[in-house]
Amino acid sequence: MEQIKERLVSRYRYSWILLKELVKTDFKLRYEGSWLGVAWSVLKPLMLFAVMYVVFVRFLKFSDGTPTYPIVLLCGISLWNFFSEATTMGMQSVVTKGDILRKINFPKYITVVAATVGSLISLAINMVVVIIFGLFSHAHFTWRIVFVFLNIGELYVLALGVSMILATLYVWFRDMQHIWEVVLQALFYAVPIIYPITMIEQMSPEHGKTIAKLMLMNPAAQSIMDVRHNLISPENVPTVWTMVNSWYIQIIPILITVVIFGIGFSLFRRYNYKFAEIL
Amino acid sequence: MTHQDSDIALRVDHVSKSFRLPTEQASGLKQAVINWTRGIKGYRDQEVLKDISFTVHKGDFLGIVGRNGSGKSTLLKLISGIYTPNSGSIQVHGKLVPFIELGVGFNPELTGRENVFLNGALLGFSEKEVEAMYDDIVEFAELEDFMDQKLKNYSSGMQVRLAFSVAIKAQGDILVLDEVLAVGDEAFQTKCNNFFNEIKKDRSKTVILVTHSMESVKKYCNKAILIRDGRIIVNGDKDEAANLYTQENLESLNSKSGKQGKIGTNGHPKGLNDTVPLLRCVPQSKVVLTSQESFEFDVEYEFTKQEPFFMALSMLDARRGGIPYDSGTMKMGVGGQGRQKMHFSLPLRMFNNGNYQITASLRVKDPADEDHTNMVAFTNEENSCSFSIREDAKGTDYALLKYAAVDMKHDGPHGI
Repeated sequence: MEQIKERLVSRYRYSWILLKELVKTDFKLRYEGSWLGVAWSVLKPLMLFAVMYVVFVRFLKFSDGTPTYPIVLLCGISLWNFFSEATTMGMQSVVTKGDILRKINFPKYITVVAATVGSLISLAINMVVVIIFGLFSHAHFTWRIVFVFLNIGELYVLALGVSMILATLYVWFRDMQHIWEVVLQALFYAVPIIYPITMIEQMSPEHGKTIAKLMLMNPAAQSIMDVRHNLISPENVPTVWTMVNSWYIQIIPILITVVIFGIGFSLFRRYNYKFAEIL
Repeated sequence: MTHQDSDIALRVDHVSKSFRLPTEQASGLKQAVINWTRGIKGYRDQEVLKDISFTVHKGDFLGIVGRNGSGKSTLLKLISGIYTPNSGSIQVHGKLVPFIELGVGFNPELTGRENVFLNGALLGFSEKEVEAMYDDIVEFAELEDFMDQKLKNYSSGMQVRLAFSVAIKAQGDILVLDEVLAVGDEAFQTKCNNFFNEIKKDRSKTVILVTHSMESVKKYCNKAILIRDGRIIVNGDKDEAANLYTQENLESLNSKSGKQGKIGTNGHPKGLNDTVPLLRCVPQSKVVLTSQESFEFDVEYEFTKQEPFFMALSMLDARRGGIPYDSGTMKMGVGGQGRQKMHFSLPLRMFNNGNYQITASLRVKDPADEDHTNMVAFTNEENSCSFSIREDAKGTDYALLKYAAVDMKHDGPHGI
């Protein structure tokens, strides 16, 4: 018993040391050789936001008419950026670290965790920017902010689960890179980020409400809407909790997240011992 | 000597390993689906290691030798936990630090310092632990002034030195090293040599070393295993393993004489021609010998022209270089007799340990100078034959000639 405990401690000690060092070096290397360095993790979503704001809000008039819409858009873009970056980097992490994998035995999941945690750090920086912007653009900060950590936690678990599925598949099938790029693009439009969810509701008087509710069953959409609701605008951002009445439908997106993580975890665990031989 | 179980550092128990080699390039969905629908496996199994068992005790310095492709590296990766065995088990007691390659994870964009910490973390050392070894590492690598430079600005020799220093200073119980001895300049080599001699004495450290240098096996190891085609041939005795390995290598060199090597533009292998379509040396005795024995070999030849010809044999010293012995030209009579052979016996009593090669050449009289001969044909790499002298007596490794062969005289010391 004592031996088992010792073993567990020493095993997770290694994982922890490695995770810290990998996250640190990945972060250093990400902006290595660029002029503005870490500033890019703030600048990039801001620039993307500027483009989308001009195209969708000013030009195509996608707006729910509330004064918080621009900041809600920025928040959504930051969160989506995190999800798409974390899953893409997570998918590639095992293969990019293949060189190390073939030379040293270490817990393979660390590579996926390190890649997604790296994106999480960028998200944290972005969220600070969102809050600062919010101060000047009618954001309504309330006690609900404490829920934001749960919501982002859910989005992270989802991203990690998806990453583990993709990373395992990617070792055998490099096609995944292209497939996932397309799926991400489709998902981006399926999540109400550049358009308000009220727009869907108004499109068809009879089915609009149902379609909007269905869209919120996507855990990515649900958690992103939740973050916007709890962080910026409790009044103007509807969520699954405000739109759906029955609790057993409300928890569907959370269940999906748990299931995806479970699949990712067991798939990864079942096959990770083979990675070094395949790569 | 019996050992208790607590003395065991590593136990490899009936381990087998096979790999699936894809018969077609199947790293894509399309191929996977095609194979699946056609019921093709898309791969074949290759057995790399078969029923390997051995035990390493604490303080051992184990050498693993074997020819390329024998399964040494796979075994090392199994021990390091990178691969998992198909059957059998591997138990490791103590902290194992693997060096399948030096400087794993080294990144050219990071500074020397950052790389040391990253490499350390990969080997399982916390920041604090690396901090404690850091000065030692830098000092050993002699790179004090370069640690804040990016690795890409290092020379390749400096990179290797840094990587090797991390390896050496890493405080593990079991070190697993894969052919990493031949690095650095001469001064660094000497340091490494000292390190290995020290670790050899340290009873708390266990080293597992894969190498092709039989010299290092004899110098550092107290045990060795020889692997051939995925099986253990010698388990334990380092001299037996080293000698058998040398013999295996020589045999493969000598066995090539049947093939005569690549055919050149004249329709003959290099060194041969229409006048001499056959010339080769074939060993008739063992090829790993002691100096008490003689190396027996045949020279097979065919000289097609009806004129007198000569033969000359040379003995090459592969390790020290040079030609320790030459037979001089031997009169062979007149050619045109078809294929012939001639037996030779070379006594080795004068020579020390080494790897030697016998080459033969056929010659004719120089028309311009009666006292000289011109070479008509010679044995190329494939048609020559090799042998080794292996003894354990003191001083048999260094000089070519034995003490008794020269028998230098001296008187007592007196003032000048």
